[in-house]
Amino acid sequence: MHAFANPARFLGLARPLTPWLFWGGVALIVAGCLCGLLVTPADYLQGESVRILYIHVPAAWLGMGGWTALAVAALVQMVWRHPLAGVAGRAIAVPGALFTAICLATGSIWGRPTWGTWWEWDGRMTSMLVLLFLYFGYIALSRASADQAGGMGDNGGVSRVTAIFALVGAINLPIINRSVVWWNSLHQGPSITMRGSTIDMAILWPLGLTVLGFSLWFGAIVLMRMRTILAENKVEARMARMAREGGVQ
Amino acid sequence: MNHWPFIIAAYAITLAGAGAMSWASWRAMRSAETRADALRRDR
Repeated sequence: MHAFANPARFLGLARPLTPWLFWGGVALIVAGCLCGLLVTPADYLQGESVRILYIHVPAAWLGMGGWTALAVAALVQMVWRHPLAGVAGRAIAVPGALFTAICLATGSIWGRPTWGTWWEWDGRMTSMLVLLFLYFGYIALSRASADQAGGMGDNGGVSRVTAIFALVGAINLPIINRSVVWWNSLHQGPSITMRGSTIDMAILWPLGLTVLGFSLWFGAIVLMRMRTILAENKVEARMARMAREGGVQ
Repeated sequence: MNHWPFIIAAYAITLAGAGAMSWASWRAMRSAETRADALRRDR
């Protein structure tokens, strides 16, 4: 892991990986969405609206997976002081928030024809909304700490307080996961578990394509955002050095 | 109830969000790396 503490070595891997992840992800997303919209049958109970599954589930997976990655990055930053951990945290936050918002929006749209309501203040939806607010908090804190550090600093521009916020916010993840078991909810119980799936294979299979596709795409976006932060930091450092040298002369 | 307007709305929101994020991230990366390369060349 520390082999990639050197940004030059990290960029040597990230540059060729970014287009592969991006276009591989896009191809799988397009294939999965087309199969989900045109090939799979309608559900006997939910009818055609079941097709929202192929975008709602990857969005939920990436919203929660994004915060898991943020918490891991915060832990790596605090324990091993890895300089790229903070950069990764900052790069993950915005796409993570986007997918949490997409999960809430598509869930709400799916709820109208199946439950008869756009929104219900139950455990699953409320805890997912809390996750979105946690992302907003992290984005605000990390921007403030990056501004204060004048770029990356020693910790990728993410202060200790911001990293602790990411770790504490991870408490919400098991709450989201277990909310449909702990409380009465309009939302269905867990359909896909370690023991298998309650969804028929005829409907389930394109979900694998979209989950993998959106995950690869998410990885590409995180790499692009990390590359942006590293390049901006390089520019700021060089401008500061030029200003110092200009001041000395 | 016709479900297709709901399905189209859900897919449109997702693809618009993902498309906008892709465009914004790629543009920011291109512009930042171009500026960094230009500064390195000027040195």
